[in-house]
Amino acid sequence: MRALGFAAVAVGAILALAAPFLLPNYVAQFAILWMMVLLALTWDLIGGQMGYNSFGNIVFFGIGCYAAAVVQRSLDVEYFAGLALGGIAGLVLAVAAALVLGSGILRLRGQYFAICTLGLGVAAGELASGWDFIGAGGGMTAPVYPGSPRGAGVFFYYLFLVLAVVCFLTLRALYARRFGLVANAIRDDEDKAEAMGLPTTQYKVAAWMIAAAFLSLAGAAYGHLQGFIDPRDIAFSGETLGVWMVLMAILGGSGTLWGPVVGAIVFDVTQEVFWTYLLGWQRVALGVLIVVIVVFFPQGIIGFLAERWPERFGSRRVSSLLVPDKVS
Amino acid sequence: MDNLLVLWQAPTLTLQLLIDGVLVGAIYCLPAYGMALVWGVMKIINVAQGDFVMLGGYVALYVSYAGIHPMFGVPVAAAVLFVFGWIVYQLVIRHIVDRDLFVSVLATFGISIVLQQLANQLFSANVETAEANLGSTYLFGSTIVVGNIKLVAVAIALVLAVVLFLFLKHSRLGQAIRATAQNPRAARILGIETSQVFAMTYALNAAICGAAGALVVQIWIIHPYIGLTYTIRAFMIVVVAGLGNIAGVVLAGLGLGAAEQFASFLLGAEYQAAFVFSLLVVILLWRSQMLARRRLYLK
Repeated sequence: MRALGFAAVAVGAILALAAPFLLPNYVAQFAILWMMVLLALTWDLIGGQMGYNSFGNIVFFGIGCYAAAVVQRSLDVEYFAGLALGGIAGLVLAVAAALVLGSGILRLRGQYFAICTLGLGVAAGELASGWDFIGAGGGMTAPVYPGSPRGAGVFFYYLFLVLAVVCFLTLRALYARRFGLVANAIRDDEDKAEAMGLPTTQYKVAAWMIAAAFLSLAGAAYGHLQGFIDPRDIAFSGETLGVWMVLMAILGGSGTLWGPVVGAIVFDVTQEVFWTYLLGWQRVALGVLIVVIVVFFPQGIIGFLAERWPERFGSRRVSSLLVPDKVS
Repeated sequence: MDNLLVLWQAPTLTLQLLIDGVLVGAIYCLPAYGMALVWGVMKIINVAQGDFVMLGGYVALYVSYAGIHPMFGVPVAAAVLFVFGWIVYQLVIRHIVDRDLFVSVLATFGISIVLQQLANQLFSANVETAEANLGSTYLFGSTIVVGNIKLVAVAIALVLAVVLFLFLKHSRLGQAIRATAQNPRAARILGIETSQVFAMTYALNAAICGAAGALVVQIWIIHPYIGLTYTIRAFMIVVVAGLGNIAGVVLAGLGLGAAEQFASFLLGAEYQAAFVFSLLVVILLWRSQMLARRRLYLK
């Protein structure tokens, strides 16, 4: 069983590394696929593992987007150096924002946190589209990749692949340590966790900062890949990426390590393959999908498999979305 | 911020903004009251609240397209949305009533996306308004202008609120709704069909929102994506007022309306939405601070 899993991971790794050469026409789509994996993973760190369901994580993505573009605009350096510097600047800004916002907002509980982050995401988009320094509603252009469009596709493919893999390994290492236990304790019963002497707010803020770091890097790369940054549709795109990351994590199985990865791949492939046939009705379909998954399939793919074959998954884990907490 | 000086120099302008704000705020109270009702009775936060408002607006708009005065759209919108809310309850809400609160937020968020995108497909993304042609009232030698439609709308909102209050207080169904809010299990033991009560509450809420939307389309504008701001406003009002506090809802609604008018005058109209959403964050943080302080005292 262990050898089988190892073999599967090895085959997956080889496929992932070879994808730009196997299917060269779809390299940009595959780059986005890895970004989706990263988005779902970072959402699950705070949403699935800690039970803090955020609609506003897109804020950090947008900060990364804009920071990288602003650095490129104001510093007269070469493209890759500018991207690296911009990524670092975005990372610092996003982590600082997560620290400041998180120490306030993460004290809110449950539904208040969810609605507050929903407001935060929209507010960020609205503020960005009123701020002239970053192009206001008209958006900003990111510099053009020095090289062929195909070279750009391959470069961003590997960039997103590396980001997603590093994110996955970081989270796996975190979940295997005390951090993972504390996160799950916060999700299961925060008051008890606090009564046990755990500084829960510090852990939550730390988790948000980690998520913000990866999101900002993904945002910096995404802005450069798109070449154009619109405040509401690209950077603070709560309507698309912001919702998708929640949906992907829940579809795959929130609160599991592999769930967001599976969910992101399933969602992104489905979307790429089928959604072009829906002609403008994609977003209606997205809404229906959210309702159906949340109401009828909240355990997600991994959760469903774990319920079906518990012996393969070690312990049984009940999705926090399934637990009734109200007397009716 | 230069406009601050203008306010100081022209007190009638201040009064104008205040009147506008209070009149607009009265409309905000309706969806907020509906949200408090659903939240209190079913323990569901209905993020689709604003989208019911938007749909109500479109119903009134189509009533006015048919050549009928849009004011008659208010009862029509309420009736249509009542049926619509009942259908939404049977399709979705019924499955999430006894689940975690976040499930309700996420599921109704999904409903909200479906509704706004459907509206976008069916009615196009244009900004629409229904002209009521009621003229305006001029005060203080016409330095202050108040659209008569706003006055009528506020009167209607007031009547609706009173009717709703009396309905909940005295009617059989209203009493059943209040009993279910207090203790669903005990209500069921006493022979109240709680699933019926939930369906009626949700449908009633949708009807209130629909009526509010029919007023909004005459005073202001609607477009398919306007829903979320109304949801957020309703949520803010409920959070500030608390559940089951009508006077609080009215005060908070009027205050929010006035605050928005002043903010959009001082900061510029393009920041009005940003102001609403930022205010939400601030209010929630303030509330958690107050709760934390109270907890310290209890220790």
